[in-house]
Amino acid sequence: MAEKTVPTPATTGSRSSNDMEVTRAQEHHVPPPVDIYETRDGLILLADLPGVSKENLEVHVDDETLTIQAKAQHKVPGQPIYREYELSNFFRQFEVGDQIDAEDIKAELKYGVLKLELPIAQSAKPKKVEVKVN
Amino acid sequence: MAQADTFQDIDALHREIDRAFENLVPFTGPFARMAFLPGRLARGYPLVNVHEDKDRLYVEAMAPGVDPASMNISVVHNTLTISGEKKGAPDEIKPEAFHREERARGKFVRTITLPVEIDDAKVGAEYTNGLLLIELPKSERAKPKQINVRVS
Repeated sequence: MAEKTVPTPATTGSRSSNDMEVTRAQEHHVPPPVDIYETRDGLILLADLPGVSKENLEVHVDDETLTIQAKAQHKVPGQPIYREYELSNFFRQFEVGDQIDAEDIKAELKYGVLKLELPIAQSAKPKKVEVKVN
Repeated sequence: MAQADTFQDIDALHREIDRAFENLVPFTGPFARMAFLPGRLARGYPLVNVHEDKDRLYVEAMAPGVDPASMNISVVHNTLTISGEKKGAPDEIKPEAFHREERARGKFVRTITLPVEIDDAKVGAEYTNGLLLIELPKSERAKPKQINVRVS
């Protein structure tokens, strides 16, 4: 899977250009680290998305592009006294090609890890050819 | 006197540089997999934020993909230790089947020294969406005492 070189959602046209003119209104996005591996039935994608709940996760495929977009949230009581990280929003795109059956993608979110199962389309699977030996 | 100041400056700069490297966030981008390699960074996983209110400290650790059953949290006086294992893809997946392998994985232990003594009997922990929130009640001795001033 090739990574799409679309750095932030602002350039994808999903937002109006007005948003970009507001000073410091742009949300910060980072690409989540992913594992992608092949199985017999297709591709499996695992992405670390700490602080992301089901409601704040958006995964979609259009135009042969897989988009993962998520908003991280957490609530800790009290006043901060020591900080090592900031939760940031996630955004990453991959080119999936036409061999993936976009209708049949399964997603599962568990312990802050997204698992996507991207099945290979039936037409793209290797066909068994019988060879007759006389 | 001027000389002593110079040495102090160098010393301060040295500490500053050390601190900058300690705070290097190695868990995103190309550094993501360094988190579990032996050495200095291994003891820095998971990253934590600490919050405080009058009675409690709250430690939030960013640890996505850790099975809660593998996690172990212990508190002794003012020392908090978090350990566990972050699993990656299943073991039976052959290396050549990977297109990308960016997520960190492995066993970790992190020890944090807290600013106050903790009542270790009442520590609670919760794991949601890959974030571990540990609630640590301050021990009675560490709580601020109100001292009344008598007017004579």
